[in-house]
Amino acid sequence: MNGRIERAFARARDAKRKLLVTYLCIGDPNEAESLALAKACVDAGADILELGSPFSDPTADGPVIARASERSIAAGGGLTMTLRVATALRASYTELPLVLFGYYNPLYVRGTGKAVLAAREAGIDALLVVDLPFGHGDELMTAARANDLRVVPLVAPTSTDAHVARLLQHGADAGFVYYVSVAGVTGNAAAPLLEAAARATQVRAQTGLPVVIGFGIDGPEKAKLAARGADGVVVGTAIVREIENATSPDARIANVKALVSCLRTALDGESAPEAPHPR
Amino acid sequence: MPVDEKLVPAPMPVPEADSREGYYGAFGGRFVSETLMFALDELTVAMKDVVASAAFQAEWRELLASYVGRPTPLSSADRLARALDAEHTKIARLFLKREDLCHTGAHKINNALGQVLLAKRMGKARIIAETGAGQHGVATATAAALLGLPCDVFMGESDVARQAPNVARMTMLGARVIPVTSGSKTLKDAMNEALRDWVTNVGTTYYCIGSAAGPHPYPELVASFQSVIGEEARAQILAATGALPDGVVACVGGGSNAIGMFRAFMKDDSVALFGVEAAGHGVHTDKHAATLTAGRKGILHGSLSYVLSNDEGQVQEAHSISAGLDYPGVGPEHAHLKDSARARYLSATDHEAITAATLVTRTEGILPALETAHAFARVRDIAAILSAERGRPVTLAFCLSGRGDKDLATYLRERERAEKDPS
Repeated sequence: MNGRIERAFARARDAKRKLLVTYLCIGDPNEAESLALAKACVDAGADILELGSPFSDPTADGPVIARASERSIAAGGGLTMTLRVATALRASYTELPLVLFGYYNPLYVRGTGKAVLAAREAGIDALLVVDLPFGHGDELMTAARANDLRVVPLVAPTSTDAHVARLLQHGADAGFVYYVSVAGVTGNAAAPLLEAAARATQVRAQTGLPVVIGFGIDGPEKAKLAARGADGVVVGTAIVREIENATSPDARIANVKALVSCLRTALDGESAPEAPHPR
Repeated sequence: MPVDEKLVPAPMPVPEADSREGYYGAFGGRFVSETLMFALDELTVAMKDVVASAAFQAEWRELLASYVGRPTPLSSADRLARALDAEHTKIARLFLKREDLCHTGAHKINNALGQVLLAKRMGKARIIAETGAGQHGVATATAAALLGLPCDVFMGESDVARQAPNVARMTMLGARVIPVTSGSKTLKDAMNEALRDWVTNVGTTYYCIGSAAGPHPYPELVASFQSVIGEEARAQILAATGALPDGVVACVGGGSNAIGMFRAFMKDDSVALFGVEAAGHGVHTDKHAATLTAGRKGILHGSLSYVLSNDEGQVQEAHSISAGLDYPGVGPEHAHLKDSARARYLSATDHEAITAATLVTRTEGILPALETAHAFARVRDIAAILSAERGRPVTLAFCLSGRGDKDLATYLRERERAEKDPS
């Protein structure tokens, strides 16, 4: 078992430290900058990278990431480019967990088994497929297990108890759970993070898996708030917005670095929860 | 690091037809974000418990009779049949199932009334819908007005421009038409936006999908409401001729009128099923919407079906002069009918559809919707195929899914263009 994800969570737990997961839409604005921006995130304190593979119809994403996806696709972005960027990152960082984040069609069209193998060869540790609910993608699960990749399950405010129970049965090698803070798309400023933190704590206790909270975390205060109930937080839209708004490559790097550092500092002021060790 | 090829698992065996809930053979399923799963579970339960109940069926069917004007007639199109086959060697009889005579002008109202009625029974406070040509939007806005629920309709900006009469109708009905500016600004993008709204307001809002597409249970729900078309047509043609037709014909975008027409004949082995897709500028160009003819298997809008997508898995923009067929996906049951060869799918270009619409209007005095006109464009070929197979002229039942008032401006413009440039 490669275990980068498990080790990352264990290290954070031992250091009583919250994990910071950062999302980038790879290819926005282009391949070279995405690679540089990913490294900037790591330099500024990101623990896990979510490499977003753009999709033409990102129905789970709000307007900011949807626009980034359009820009990326226009610049030649897609699964092939995302895996190329992963390969380059893996060459630089042997221990950094890389999560491939995307929609099912690009994987399916390549051939699910082939896509999973390619992800593994690119140094990806886990797959997060937003439109493939846990328990509905047998082919992907089988391929991921055969290739020692995690398939990260989502839990939402609307998830049933039965869903959480399924995670208990089948989620032992999920790596971690991604708790979606709000019924909505990414970048929702109204996400009820206090409630999300409470629910994430429950899910963490129920499943014994580490939990990160994502959706609607756009700055240090919200990151701190959400992190209270979880092992870490995911920040996506806020980073993508910095990339969209900056007017030069240097400004993009500087602004993303500044945001990630600020999030890191905020999280480091928050101690790890005293919860049972995830298995 | 080299990886042992044996680590790559063999593809999952394709299950037997309908062995898994929500699947048609290998197609269908529920590929949506986790947030929507409970709403789809809730809807599946409602479909089984509420829609199937005698009380619901009675209320819906009463509305179909007293409000929609069902049963719609089955017209014998003798002049059109002779115009297509003067020798009388291919077409014995051609019957038109007149969904254009439904209230609001298309079959879409059958499903919209059923779903809005269901939404009301489920206690939902708001209706949303996507629309392409505007027919489903108008039908949903109509049902929402009748049943007293607020309604928001997502419509691609390109479609808002080319289907102005329907936008005006929806506005008059009290619905809010929300133009969608992302992607290709057509039906696909309207559906993306409707899904985003639904995931955000999932507790209180009912998403009324107009095509036999989307995640389970939508394809089944829409097909069940549209099946009234084929049920009536089958009884009517038996009454008129004493026999089943040789073939059934319908246009296919997402495929709701076609599946509604096909369902009643599915077990009649002697009845051949034909769907006609939109070939736009031609299926060999990159401007068409012939998903079953030229697409590949993939996932779009919650189900596994045929999709127009490139090698990277990005969904491509469809093209059709008909906004209602301008969609890069298709309902999963059609994918199964194609792969199992129970139904055959052909296509017709923009130009062929315009020509066919003129012929139908001038021989039968019926102005068909552009969507329907695509199916008319292939009737001669379908009759040729089927009469050759059966060694005699054949009887066809054709689903005339909607009327063409909304397309008049397009028809007149294209005719004028053709007169100026006869090539």
